[in-house]
Amino acid sequence: MPQLLSGNEACAIGALRAGVRFFAGYPITPSTEIAEYFARELPRLGGTYIQMEDEIGSICCMNGATAAGLKAMTATSGPGFSLMQEGIGYSIMAELPCIIVNVMRGGPATGTPTRSSQGDLMQARHGTHGDHPIIALCPWSVRECFDLTVEAVDVSERLRLPVILLMDEVVGHMRETVELPLRVETWKPSNPRRPKEEYFHYGDETNYDSDIASFGEGFRVHLTGLVHRKDGLPTNDPETIRWNMDRLRRKVDDNASWLWDLTYEDLGAETVIVCYGSSARSATEAKNLYQRKTGRSVGIIRLRMVWPFPQQRMVSLLRSARRVIVPEMNMGQMNRSVERAVSPDVPVISVQRYDGEMLTPGEIVDAIGREVPSARPLPEEDLHPGFSIADDEEF
Amino acid sequence: MRSEIRIAGTGGQGVILASIVLAEAAGVHENRKVVQTQSSGPEARGGASKADVIISDEPILFPKCRLLDVLVCLSQQAVEEYMSDLKVRGTAIIDSFHVRECPRENALCLELSQTARKELGRELFTNIVTLGALARVTGVVKLESLQKSIANRVPAHTVELNQKALRAGWNLEAIARTASSTPTA
Repeated sequence: MPQLLSGNEACAIGALRAGVRFFAGYPITPSTEIAEYFARELPRLGGTYIQMEDEIGSICCMNGATAAGLKAMTATSGPGFSLMQEGIGYSIMAELPCIIVNVMRGGPATGTPTRSSQGDLMQARHGTHGDHPIIALCPWSVRECFDLTVEAVDVSERLRLPVILLMDEVVGHMRETVELPLRVETWKPSNPRRPKEEYFHYGDETNYDSDIASFGEGFRVHLTGLVHRKDGLPTNDPETIRWNMDRLRRKVDDNASWLWDLTYEDLGAETVIVCYGSSARSATEAKNLYQRKTGRSVGIIRLRMVWPFPQQRMVSLLRSARRVIVPEMNMGQMNRSVERAVSPDVPVISVQRYDGEMLTPGEIVDAIGREVPSARPLPEEDLHPGFSIADDEEF
Repeated sequence: MRSEIRIAGTGGQGVILASIVLAEAAGVHENRKVVQTQSSGPEARGGASKADVIISDEPILFPKCRLLDVLVCLSQQAVEEYMSDLKVRGTAIIDSFHVRECPRENALCLELSQTARKELGRELFTNIVTLGALARVTGVVKLESLQKSIANRVPAHTVELNQKALRAGWNLEAIARTASSTPTA
């Protein structure tokens, strides 16, 4: 029997079915229903729900639960996501698999709590300091809130990395009828098979599908946000620092081909739309409308995983595109990444909306139909005003 | 067939719950495609509040209403803000108590909040009275489907009162005079 569920509820259900048994958070619109669901259901399942004093406490608490071996999650929105950034860096450095849900609302600061936005796309990528890998998923429907939460748990466990689920107010609060699977498969780390003396918490070269010990199982586990050696103890040795940083980067780079998650259609068309999240609903409807009206087909690529950006894949998918349209509920964030995936003579048109409302299909249809110059304009060459070769020849 | 329905009023009137009950009735109990979205101010009650429900036989992509088939207004502000989104032949249902004036001549002015007060004793039930009237006027969803979804969505100790509110809305005299279908409840 189908159910009528909101995206936030579907996300929480997905997490529970994927084995999440710990939630630490500080409720904030428009993510509150996720915390509410966990507060109601986790105690019944023998799990733990804890409301912390703020979002800094929330992510640290979740990191602790993860270190102790639980699948853990937190959910927040813009202001809370900002506070969590340091903790996200810690999850990455200490290699703690956990899920951070950000149901995006308008920013900066308190912004527009009840309105939608995709303004945290770049914050998700670069919010925490230092070079680091990041994985972020972006659902467009209630069903996908469920599916991508399950995928987030799976990926985070495999790679021992935090995964960010970037939802937005529309997807989080929207209700649709869905039939959700009762059982889902996620990867489970095995306990260390080595004798205790030979166990190194960070010993695995790739840390992919590795066996891993939790706190309290008798293995030596030392966690720190400092750059560390194989055994987890801090180091300043340049060679070890490089080894550690490279290993973190390789977690995502080496696994990119199976990580990348996107859908596409009609890529032979001259114009291709690249989209993600709830604006992909407007974009898909715009594609259908335009085709019906003009008889000309429009290509579409929808990223379900926005970070890592599927650079090489996009280069090959966009090879025959003569024009790319990137609709976003922000002031243009993903369009930069898309520009790097096409040749400079292919215009990348950023269709933006940042007034709290969704982009309408009509706005995107207009952008598809609009004539644009065939090349991006280059800046005029007046780097040194008043300076010319002629002046120079005097010397 | 595709219907775009908006229920608008003031935060605290239950317009969002009404939209959820309506979406569940059509989506779960009649197997139609539905999307429900909502928009409210940052305040808990008192601000403007609206909820959109799209009911269709085709998959629904863009989830917000654009051209309304049905608009329910439980406040004057809602009339002023959304009446221009209603199709020329769309159905406007307005509350006789909270709406002072309406630019649409063919708007259906019903005693929704007054019926809630008179027959249920509390204005709190206006949203469900409204659903009964909406179902009767538009035929967009069956009364039985609404009854089932009310049983699932409202607090257990209020189910009976809400069912009564639904029937009160369905049986409103002003509709009975104009409705073509015969009452079944």
